[in-house]
Amino acid sequence: MKHSFIDEYSGLDSFVHRLDPRTKLLCSLTFILAVVLTPAGTWKVFAIYLLIVLGLIWLSQLPLKYVLKRSLVIFPFVIMIAIFVPFFKQGQVAASYDIGTWHIAITYEGLAVLANVIVKAWLCILCLIVLSSSTKFEELLHGMYRLRVPRVFVQITSFMYRYMFVLADQAMTMQMARDSRNYGLNRGNIFKTLGNMIGVLFIRSYERAERIYAAMLSRGYSGEIIVVNQLRFRLPDAYFASSLALLLICPAILWW
Amino acid sequence: MLPGKAVEIFGLSYVYPDGQCGLNNIELTINCGESVALIGPNGAGKSTLLLHLNGILRGNTAIRVQGLPVVDKHIREIRKKVGMVFQEPEDQLFSLNVLEDVAFGPVNMGYSKEEVNRRVEQALHKVGMRGYEKRSSHHLSIGEKKRIAIATVLSLDPEILALDEPTSSLDPRGKWALIELLQKLPVTKIIASHDLEMVRCLCGRTILLDSGRIVADGRTNQILGDEALLRAHGLARDATAAGI
Repeated sequence: MKHSFIDEYSGLDSFVHRLDPRTKLLCSLTFILAVVLTPAGTWKVFAIYLLIVLGLIWLSQLPLKYVLKRSLVIFPFVIMIAIFVPFFKQGQVAASYDIGTWHIAITYEGLAVLANVIVKAWLCILCLIVLSSSTKFEELLHGMYRLRVPRVFVQITSFMYRYMFVLADQAMTMQMARDSRNYGLNRGNIFKTLGNMIGVLFIRSYERAERIYAAMLSRGYSGEIIVVNQLRFRLPDAYFASSLALLLICPAILWW
Repeated sequence: MLPGKAVEIFGLSYVYPDGQCGLNNIELTINCGESVALIGPNGAGKSTLLLHLNGILRGNTAIRVQGLPVVDKHIREIRKKVGMVFQEPEDQLFSLNVLEDVAFGPVNMGYSKEEVNRRVEQALHKVGMRGYEKRSSHHLSIGEKKRIAIATVLSLDPEILALDEPTSSLDPRGKWALIELLQKLPVTKIIASHDLEMVRCLCGRTILLDSGRIVADGRTNQILGDEALLRAHGLARDATAAGI
């Protein structure tokens, strides 16, 4: 079975694609930090950040539609976390309802916080999409490794990427096997089989992990990960990093 | 030290963590350059026996590989000598691309960068998969995966190749291509399988395992010719079922 990749457009060849993964990782981190640390309600600053991301998308030749579509995945999570804020935040009431004995009020301050959270999360995810679509996953891991991200973490990420699709294949096969035997099940049974499937997937993954570890030991693994090829910072990396830093400082100079 | 002996096993027993008996008093000597098949029904202990050869599993450590006892002190040396190819290439190919997987062993052994590259190139050449370095393992066909899995151990220049079900889930063309590939490799081979067609082609000697014991050990044509023996151990069609 075929699946799409996380790094679907990473094979393109653009200025951003050619940068050292470490530059891209550090720049993304800086960008995210800047977004998170910007005070709520400074919409002009957020507009500049959005322009920066759009600029990066253009520079890396990624299809805008693809990036925007991908960025939608963040909304369910953000909304799940922040949807109740407008109800709890104290402040000027925008609307209020009476349901039975309950009194529910939405405040303008609460709505502002919600908007702020959504905008920040969206800007961050856009930046991360540009990062992951302009860098091959291996390079990204390599960059993380060279930036001294804990090795265990890099390795877990690597295994995740390697076996994610294997796991997805297994899940899909099991689903097909279930569907070809089941018709007209009621809801309760569906959840029960779903629970069983998750359990089986877990046990299979656990056993696979043991076999992989045996395969690693067989080839002399001793707990250390050694990476072969080398990365090198070049002049464009310096240009890119310094211009991004300037752009991020810009709003601070202009408005504070 | 006895020269010319690839593997010596003296009374090896192994009990699974759940208390089930895996291997029971295995006595076995395999000479250098031999091609030996380990046949037997599912759950006979074939894979378990293979996993003892490079010390992944330890029973009562009554094993010597080329004279070296399989103990922690020699484990590095032994894992270099015994190339273990697992049944599922998906387990063996855990890196993000072919190059990293084939290089994994040599890099762990601490070879220089040039040496690693030379070994990777040679190993891929031997299995006829040069030019696949940058491919991701997940997107290879099963036949290609099996070849790369073999290359990942060939890059360590093993003297003994231990293969677990090398032909499983291959189509006939893939299977024969793999058999031809294995025929060309001039090392001691220990192949666990119940693909008797391959065994007949590749191995001069056959060991029949059932319930953790060696039931028969001899020339391949002799053992595979013994229809009653094969039938008794689940390797041929039951006479009553076949209606003979």
